[in-house]
Amino acid sequence: MKQPLQLQINGESRQMLVEPFYSLLDCLRDEAQLTGAKKGCDEGDCGACTVLMDGQPVTSCLVLAHSAHHADITTIEGLASVAALSPVQRAFVEHGGLQCGFCIPGLIMSATGFLQSNPNPTEEDVRFAIGGNLCRCTGYARVVEAIMAAAAEMRAAQ
Amino acid sequence: MARFNYLEPHSLDEALRMLADGGDGVRLVAGSTDFLIRWRTGFWRPDAVVCMQHVPGLDAISFNDADGLSLGAMATVQAIEQHDVIRQRYPALAAGATAFAGVQVRNLATIGGNACNASPAGDTLPALLAYDAQCRIVGPAGERWLPLTEFFQGPGRTALQPGEILTELRLPPPPPRTGGLYIKHSPRGAMDISAIGAAAVVSLADDGACRRVSIALGAVAPVPMRANAAEGRLIGQQPTAANIAEAARIAAQSTNPISDVRSGAGYRRDMVQVLTQRTLQHAVATAAGGPAPFGELRRLALQTAI
Ligand SMILES: Cc1cc2nc3c(=O)[nH]c(=O)nc-3n(C[C@H](O)[C@H](O)[C@H](O)COP(=O)(O)OP(=O)(O)OC[C@H]3O[C@@H](n4cnc5c(N)ncnc54)[C@H](O)[C@@H]3O)c2cc1C
Repeated sequence: MKQPLQLQINGESRQMLVEPFYSLLDCLRDEAQLTGAKKGCDEGDCGACTVLMDGQPVTSCLVLAHSAHHADITTIEGLASVAALSPVQRAFVEHGGLQCGFCIPGLIMSATGFLQSNPNPTEEDVRFAIGGNLCRCTGYARVVEAIMAAAAEMRAAQ
Repeated sequence: MARFNYLEPHSLDEALRMLADGGDGVRLVAGSTDFLIRWRTGFWRPDAVVCMQHVPGLDAISFNDADGLSLGAMATVQAIEQHDVIRQRYPALAAGATAFAGVQVRNLATIGGNACNASPAGDTLPALLAYDAQCRIVGPAGERWLPLTEFFQGPGRTALQPGEILTELRLPPPPPRTGGLYIKHSPRGAMDISAIGAAAVVSLADDGACRRVSIALGAVAPVPMRANAAEGRLIGQQPTAANIAEAARIAAQSTNPISDVRSGAGYRRDMVQVLTQRTLQHAVATAAGGPAPFGELRRLALQTAI
């Protein structure tokens, strides 16, 4: 039987009725109608479902929705304001860090969470931080470039 | 798809009661990273899960010189990887944590879950064994302590009795002049399961001889194992290249690997020798001066086959 679940999603408090066996990913996509986080493998390997839970990147397919209750969830939909993309999103566009785009919400959420904890990373740090995100198009070079550029821009804006 | 109910205890007593009441039909879940995969493949089909996420206090990490390191079973692998005291005093454990999956899984996976899942390839397990971890287990009959060496009973099997919960792992304080390292050897550099894992922790005496040696190996036997005979070969000896090489050779002989998709048994045994030698050398080299900077430890911890 569906049970009530309260989550803070992209700054908004949401009350939902959610099946006890749902993952956070299913809850976001099917109940909250937020389809930005992608269901790639549903095994935690591809990282396309990455969201921030209390500021930390997690693969939402591996989280039991109800175990996250009262948590603060940020999805790709929560990054851009009406007026502008986030610095990480903008850098991916400007540096061509994407091709088909399926993995990009996850990569951008990993990068966003990472830069909050490490604003001044080396390229090696960046590669380590996105080790849990698979991309089969870009070869990662421009993704890494974009994240380094976003880091520099965010530092300059401080 | 099999369904299950969700139970959420808010204290350890409540969790124990839920496990007792539910019997075989309930399964405890911690970070759920192993659980959800095994449920989706139909391997585990509980009627209900008891989710430990909201029991307060079980994720604490603390250290003092008398008791050593206390890891709450719900401490995440990421919290362990990031912990300064662990990086300084228990570098082999920090190495195991940093070689583990990717950050999104490390933020969920718990150290208790890694132990209770009892995979021979669990990446934190060789280091926990090498640092002589003790398990605090709480159950219907009260509390008991068990050395981690006795906790693993086979692939996926532990000494936990029905209704018992692992609540804490306790690692005694390493003596002064102790170094350590864990190396995960796998086909890919990220998000792969270890083909072979090796940890070594060495404490040196004032005259430079090996006072304490522990060597622990993953994915080369039905359970993560200590290589006691190899340790014995080095204890009391000077850590010369020849002695280290001989200990590594004995370690390889003590394994009982299988062939699977990640490696053949022969390759595994050969690599145990190589990796044991490397971890011992690093442990000896850093015993006096303290651990390598974390960036270097991270590089050493993950050694890929390609
Ligand atoms: C994509 C992916 C990558 C992975 N990569 C790695 C890796 O690189 N290295 C590695 O070692 N593992 C890896 N794993 C496996 C897994 O993440 C670990 O084993 C993890 O530590 C399990 O912890 P958990 O908290 O998620 O456990 P859960 O899934 O919640 O539980 C696992 C089992 O342990 C039992 N359990 C958990 N906690 C307790 C407790 N306190 N007391 C009693 N029983 C308990 C549960 O009942 C269940 O049977 C990976 C998994 C995935 C999905």
